Amino acid sequence: MEVSEPPLPPIERRGHGAAFGVHRRAEAEAALDQLAGDPVGLGIGAGAIDRAIARAALRCDDDAHDHLGAGPRRAADPATASPYAWFVTDITGIKGAGAVGSGDAAPDTLGVEAADDQTLVVHLERPVPYFAQTVTHATMFPVPQAVVEAHGAEWTRPENIVGNGAYVLTEHVPQERMVMERNANYWNDGETVINKVVRLIINDETQAFTRWQAGELDLVGVPTGQYLSLKEQYPAEIYSNPRLCTYYYNFNMRDNAPEWMKDVRVRQALNLGFDRTVITDGILQAGQIPAYTFTPPTTAGFTVPVVESAAMTQDERNELAKSLMAEAGYGPDNPISAEILYNTSEGHKSIAIAVSQMWKENLGIESTINNMEWGTFLEARGAGQFEISRAGWCGDYNEASTFLDLYGSGSGYNDAGYNSAEVDALLAEAKTAEDPQSLYNQIETIAAADAPIIPIYFYTSVGARQATLKGWPDNNVENAWYARDLYKVE
Amino acid sequence: MFTYIARRLTVAVPTILILITISFVLMWSAPGSPFMGEKLPPPEVMANLEAKYGLDQPYWKQYVDYLTNVIFHFDFGPSFKFKDRTVNDIIAQGFPVTLTYGFWSFIVAVIFGVGLGVTAAIRHNTWLDYLSVGFAIGSQSIPNYVMAPILVLVFTLWLGWLPGGGWEGGTWDHIIMLVIALSTSYFASIARITRSSMLEVLNSGFIRTAKAKGLPMSRVILKHALKPALLPVLSYLGPAFVGMVTGSVIIDQYFSTGGIGQFFVNSAFNRDYSTMMGITILVGTLTIIFNLLVDVLYAWIDPKIRY
Repeated sequence: MEVSEPPLPPIERRGHGAAFGVHRRAEAEAALDQLAGDPVGLGIGAGAIDRAIARAALRCDDDAHDHLGAGPRRAADPATASPYAWFVTDITGIKGAGAVGSGDAAPDTLGVEAADDQTLVVHLERPVPYFAQTVTHATMFPVPQAVVEAHGAEWTRPENIVGNGAYVLTEHVPQERMVMERNANYWNDGETVINKVVRLIINDETQAFTRWQAGELDLVGVPTGQYLSLKEQYPAEIYSNPRLCTYYYNFNMRDNAPEWMKDVRVRQALNLGFDRTVITDGILQAGQIPAYTFTPPTTAGFTVPVVESAAMTQDERNELAKSLMAEAGYGPDNPISAEILYNTSEGHKSIAIAVSQMWKENLGIESTINNMEWGTFLEARGAGQFEISRAGWCGDYNEASTFLDLYGSGSGYNDAGYNSAEVDALLAEAKTAEDPQSLYNQIETIAAADAPIIPIYFYTSVGARQATLKGWPDNNVENAWYARDLYKVE
Repeated sequence: MFTYIARRLTVAVPTILILITISFVLMWSAPGSPFMGEKLPPPEVMANLEAKYGLDQPYWKQYVDYLTNVIFHFDFGPSFKFKDRTVNDIIAQGFPVTLTYGFWSFIVAVIFGVGLGVTAAIRHNTWLDYLSVGFAIGSQSIPNYVMAPILVLVFTLWLGWLPGGGWEGGTWDHIIMLVIALSTSYFASIARITRSSMLEVLNSGFIRTAKAKGLPMSRVILKHALKPALLPVLSYLGPAFVGMVTGSVIIDQYFSTGGIGQFFVNSAFNRDYSTMMGITILVGTLTIIFNLLVDVLYAWIDPKIRY
C-alpha cells in the first residue's frame, strides 16, 4: 500500500478498526490477526497449508457456503475493476487468478471452493510460502455474494452491508463519521467489550489533537514534528511503535534519466552522502529508524542483511561518496544538479531540503526540490517524468515479498523503473522456495549495490490514546487493531 | 418588472452552460485521473472503469450526455471516489449541513453588522463609533482559519463548553462555533458598509427635513434613513449569502462538518470529476439566482430604480 503521509485530505482511508460488521448473522470469518505466525480465531495455522492447497476453517453459518470464495473471486474479476485486483492475481498464487484477472477466464474458475460450510479450500498455482499472511488482507475476506449482487456498488452502505465481524456498520456519513455497533451475532461476541465505535474524519491533525486533549476522542494521531514535546507532556498516552513501512527516494532508471544518474557510482554517492539520523532524530523525532535497505527490520521472518553502507560511520560514508563521485568524473569542474520531486506536504519538504542541503555540503551537488499535488505527482512519477522522486511503501502483508516485489521489473509499483534480470529471477525463485530468507537477502544486497532507490527511514506509527483505553496491540507492526480487542477502564 | 426577471433568467441559462463547459474543459485538461491510484490499473480494469463512467466515449458525447442527464433528469452521475454514492447523494448530504450553518451565519452577520454599523453612524465620532469601527476592523482582519482554532482552544479545550467539531445532525452546540467563525468577517464588512452609507444618508437633505419636523430620532432612523442606507449593503448580501450557504472550505475542513465545502476541495484533489462538476453547477446556479434576487429587492427598496 502506497503511503503519502501526512494523510491526504480527500479519501477516507482504509482503516482496520472493525470497519465491517454483520447485519443479520455471523456468516463467515476469515480474519487473521496480523501478528506474524499467530493466527487468531480461525484455522489457518502455518502448518495447515500443505503447500499447494490451503485450507481455511471458517466460522460460519449453515448457508454461508456460497460466500466463502466470493471475496477473492470478485476482486480478481476485471468487471469489478478493483484497485486491489493485483493482490489476488499477482500475489496470492491462487490457481487461475491470472486468467481471471485478464478476463480470459470466468471468475468462477478461480481456484477457491467451499469444501463444506466450514472450510474454504484454496488451490494454489505454486506453493506460496507466505499464503497464510495474505489472508489477512481485506481483499481476501469473504463477501456476501447475494448482497453484492442485489445492491451492486451500493452494497457497502450501512442499510445494505452484511459482514461477519464483531461490529455492524450502522452509519456512514462521508467526510464526517462512521459508526459501528456491537454485533450480537458475532461468533465471539461474548469477548467484545466496547459497544459502539465512532470513527471521525478530521482533516486537520492539530484540530484532531486538540479534541483529543479536550477528552472528546480516545485515539488520534500526533501532529507531525510534535512527538517529542507532546511525549513530555503526555508520557503515558503518546506512543510510537515500529511500522511495516519504508520511506525512500526513487532514482529514475529509465532512458530519459540524466547521464550522470545512469552511473551507479553517482547513485551510490547520493545514497551515501547524507546523514539519515539528521532526518530521523532532527526532523521527524518520533523513533523512526534510518534505512539502508528496503525491507523493514520488523518484517516477520526477515533479518535485514548487513550491507556495507549500513555498517559505516557517516564520515566514512561521506568519504566513500566523494571518492565515488571523483571516480565517476564529477566534481567542482564537472558538477551535477539533481531534482527531487515530492508530493506537496510540509513533512516531505523538510526532508527534501535536508537531503539536498547535505548533498550540497558533502558532495557539492546543487539540487532543486519540486513539489506536485498528489494526483499530478502520481501521474508524473508513474510515467517516469522525474529525476529523483519521493515514495513510501507499507507492507500489504507481513512478509518480505510485499516489499521486495517492488524491485521486480514487472511491478506496477516499481516507480524507479529498476530492471535487473538477476533480481527478477531471484524473486521468481523466492515465490516457491521452502525458505526464501537467503534469496531475500541476495535481492537486498544486489539492490543495495545497484542503488535504484535511496532508502531513508522506516516509519513508526505515532499516536495518542487516552490512558483509559486498553488492549492496544503495540507489537502489531501493520498497525492493525480491532476494536473488539480494546476495552476501557475508569 | 416581470419582463426584467424573464430577461435575466434567459441570460442565466447560457451563463450556466458556459460555466459547465469551462469546468468540463478545465477538468479534462488537468493532469491525473480519478482511477490513478498508487499504480495504474491493468488495461482490462481501466477499460471497464472507463466504460462504467462513460469515459471511453468521445469528449463531445460525454459532454452531451452529461448535459442531458443534468438538465432533464437532474442527475449528476455517480461519484468517482465514493463508489457507493451518487453526486446527488453527496449534495443531499453535504448541502443541508452547509446551508444550515450558512443560514444562521447570515442572520447573525446581518443583525450584528447592521446594528453595529447603524450605532456607529448615529454616534459618529464618539467612543461608541471608535469602538464599533475598531471591533469591525479587528474582526475582519482575523481570517477564519485563525478564528477557528482560537474558538476551539477557548470553548473546547479551556472551558470545555462546546464540542470541537463534527456535525451530529446539527445540534446547536455543534453549530455555534461554525456560525461565529463564518459570520465574523462578513459581519465586519456589513458593519463598515452600513456605517459609511448611513453617515451619508444622515447628512442628506430629506433627513434634515425629517429632523426639522421634530420627529424623534428613532423614527428618523427606522422610517427614513435605514432603507436607503441599506442599498449598498444589499448588493453585498447577495454574493455573501451564496458564499455562506455554499460553505467555507476552511470551516468545513477545520470543523469536519461533512459539508459541501469539504467535498468541493477534496473532489478536486481526488479528480472526482462528477462531484466537482455537480458542486460547481450548484454554486454557480445559486450565485446567479441570488444576484437576481438582490436586483429585484433593489427595485423594491429603491423607487428610483426601474427595469
